[in-house]
Amino acid sequence: MAHPAAAQADTFAKLLVRNAELFGARPAMRHKDLGIWQTWTWSQTLEIVRAYAVGLHRLGVRRGETVAVVGGNRPKLYWSVMAVQMLGAVPVPVYADAVADELAFVLAHADVRFAAVEDQEQIDKIQSVIERLPKLEMMVYDERRGLRDYDHARLRAMDDVIAEGRKALAGDPVVGEWLDNEIAAGKGSDPSIILYTSGTTGQSKGVVLTGEGSIRAAADTVAFDKLTENDVALAYLPLAWVGDHYLNYAQGLVSGFCTACPENPDTAMADLREIGPTFYFAPPRTLEVLLTRVMIRMEDAGFLKRKLFHYFIGVARKYGERILNGEKVPLIGRLLYALGDFLVYAPLKNVLGFSKVRVAYTAGEAIGPDLFAFYRSIGLNLKQLYGQTEAFLYLTAQHDGDIYSDTVGPALPNVDIRIAEGGEVQFKSPGMFTEYFKDKDKTAEVMTADGYVKTGDAGYFDEKTGHLKIIDRAKDVGRLNDGTLFPPKYIENKLKFFPNIREVVAYGDKRDFCAVMINIDLTAVGSWAERNNVVYGSYQELAGHPLVYDMIEKHVAEVNRSLAADKVMAGAQIKRFLILHKELDADDGELTRTQKVRRSFIADRYGPLVAALYDGSPEADIATEVTFEDGRKGTIKARVKIRDMKTEPVPAVLEKAA
Amino acid sequence: MRAPGGPDVAVGDVLLSVENVSLSFGGVKAVSDVSFDIRKGEIRAIIGPNGAGKTSMLNIINGFYHPQQGRITFRGATRAKMRPHDAAYGGIARTFQNVALFRGMTALDNIMAGRSLKMHKNFFWQLLRFGPATREEIEHRHRAEEIIDFLKIQEIRRTPVGRLPYGLQKRVELGRALAMEPELLLLDEPMAGMNMEEKEDMSRFVLDVNDHYGTTIALIEHDMGVVMDLSDRVVVLDHGIKIADGTPDEIKTNQAVIDAYLGVAH
Repeated sequence: MAHPAAAQADTFAKLLVRNAELFGARPAMRHKDLGIWQTWTWSQTLEIVRAYAVGLHRLGVRRGETVAVVGGNRPKLYWSVMAVQMLGAVPVPVYADAVADELAFVLAHADVRFAAVEDQEQIDKIQSVIERLPKLEMMVYDERRGLRDYDHARLRAMDDVIAEGRKALAGDPVVGEWLDNEIAAGKGSDPSIILYTSGTTGQSKGVVLTGEGSIRAAADTVAFDKLTENDVALAYLPLAWVGDHYLNYAQGLVSGFCTACPENPDTAMADLREIGPTFYFAPPRTLEVLLTRVMIRMEDAGFLKRKLFHYFIGVARKYGERILNGEKVPLIGRLLYALGDFLVYAPLKNVLGFSKVRVAYTAGEAIGPDLFAFYRSIGLNLKQLYGQTEAFLYLTAQHDGDIYSDTVGPALPNVDIRIAEGGEVQFKSPGMFTEYFKDKDKTAEVMTADGYVKTGDAGYFDEKTGHLKIIDRAKDVGRLNDGTLFPPKYIENKLKFFPNIREVVAYGDKRDFCAVMINIDLTAVGSWAERNNVVYGSYQELAGHPLVYDMIEKHVAEVNRSLAADKVMAGAQIKRFLILHKELDADDGELTRTQKVRRSFIADRYGPLVAALYDGSPEADIATEVTFEDGRKGTIKARVKIRDMKTEPVPAVLEKAA
Repeated sequence: MRAPGGPDVAVGDVLLSVENVSLSFGGVKAVSDVSFDIRKGEIRAIIGPNGAGKTSMLNIINGFYHPQQGRITFRGATRAKMRPHDAAYGGIARTFQNVALFRGMTALDNIMAGRSLKMHKNFFWQLLRFGPATREEIEHRHRAEEIIDFLKIQEIRRTPVGRLPYGLQKRVELGRALAMEPELLLLDEPMAGMNMEEKEDMSRFVLDVNDHYGTTIALIEHDMGVVMDLSDRVVVLDHGIKIADGTPDEIKTNQAVIDAYLGVAH
């Protein structure tokens, strides 16, 4: 809903004032407290935030300075963000689970004098690094518990700050007028928030976003997904993450929808069911966990229920997505689907809390096509988007009914995306950041001369759909000797979507063709072996079994087919593969502690195998040192077979032939 | 661990005193001639080797066992015999060494069960679920929810207790005891069988209960680290006899205690 007033309001404080006028009696925020959902309307929210802002100002918060906000998704912390913005100061949200060291880095780097924190836990963390934060003067806290014995010279309860502000506002009309002027004095081009990137790639950086940019970006997507004040979202992802600030905070203020806060982080799933949001976001990992939980519970269900479930999930797989996309479906399909909806899909969605979801997004990593299709087939309008903190998340998103599991959709309105030489995705967007806080060098590094931002991701626009496909980090993408693009992670992910395959290492950069080393998943393949009377004595024996090779070959062939369907990727089909005789293990340095493969290390360690992949030999001998759990070392010797793959013809060649 | 540097919880007058108490089962002397006191607002630990009479002592305090000799004074009133429900009405609540919850009931219902002493409307009113009985129930539910919030067990509110892991069951049991709004809380090995993290959580809750509700706590515990960190004063029993009584620091250096735990060369 692009409301005319949204265009005029260029700061979040002005938007809040507008919302109190337009949707005064509508709910702005809900929070489950003592087992009961509490509601605050937009006009109540405005009243609280005004009082809070006055209270903070009396404590000494001034325009332009930074204020840390540390904690989970709680109304008072969202109000802290609003109140700080109302004063023209800049909130700096920090992840609630940040360790003391990270917290110290962000708070020191952002020069905060004030911090709004959730509870004793956060205060203890900050106290433990207080000598690194000489500028920190005062902390205001939400939860009183356990703080009675603390030295209160530098601590204030949020409730007290708000009460004091309220008293000041009631006592003297001049205070209210002053605050109105403060709100009016806020400029859209001023920094609105500083979001620190999580720092997985080096030291975290403070991304500065402006109010005007944030609001314009949010207004575009609110219109894109037709969000209105009647929508509801559950804010269960970290407050300091750009996704929460954008999807819930910014979109909520722009559209006037209601943001619900879970009772505590562990109750989010139950709260989801109670609230029944209409707008939902979940990373692929969460969706996977949910599906696994459903499947396990179905295995425990009675015979009839289990049969019914599997039958109708089959029906959904056949017709569900096509019905959702508004395609033509035979009448019998529609009837069966309607029956399935009554018996299975609707109750299932109800249990998951998806009954009312109108728009759902997933993003962050590649999502398995089966997983994606499952949710869509039961009627959840799940879509993908792509973005990053520097863009205020918002770059591409899929239109309703135009959905593919391996694309992230076309560029959103007003977003300019180009693919640079080398395949890197670059953008200009309404919400794009202005700079990294206090880091001119880093800012200059990611900006191009003509004002585009480098994402660091490699991708390309799919010819058939016009959607953007993200394939890998730009620095990891290589080229085959014939110049074909070679994104290792893209190929590895495609293989890893098969439950039988646990890890994959793909080679191809500066080589003639793409070849992969595969780790089978012992649980999945083991249970397959049991069912098919395949006898094996060890992991090594199972991994080398000809029937296992046959099975994996089918998977590789399927991946080759899907790669061939794509002109850009067709040249990077897998020509040879082998199954490793041992599981890749972090203890042996082959994986990082976060379970990512260390490609170059593995290339060294398994040198003879890699060489054999490329010299055409049918098998190779390898001896590797392994570290046992108790620290002793041993050697595993094996003869590993290598299989050649037939590759699919490249479509470009086909076109010529035809 | 008392907040370092922070002021201690005001420890006041004697809340309960045990004077020259003896208890024997047939010829076995479980407790003989033991005297000590518990002051308002303190955390008082009772420790000792296996079979020292610690649990018997707790059972005497809450009226489950009746000592053959000695006097027990609670809130200024001396009594010779007291039954458990008198103790409950009098403001003594306890948890057990082996979790004793209604396993088929949810965590919430278990905690609500702890409120039953405070419900005044009779059975027929409660059956009607109407008017005053409903108002009363809502009020009690509110108190139960405060405890759920306090112990951070919102996510298991509706879970049958039998399905919960042991550490959480212990927490629910503490919740039920708290629901009675006791003046004196007896904890029988609250951390037994817990891992380090669960112990730390439970220690935090015990301190918070003491701090937030001002509840006096008497606890039996085998983990000396926990005992020394949590308690204000410690009484040590061995073979039913009191061998030491004092602050954790005094107990740590007490030769009789060291001998009792490590044994002495005869």
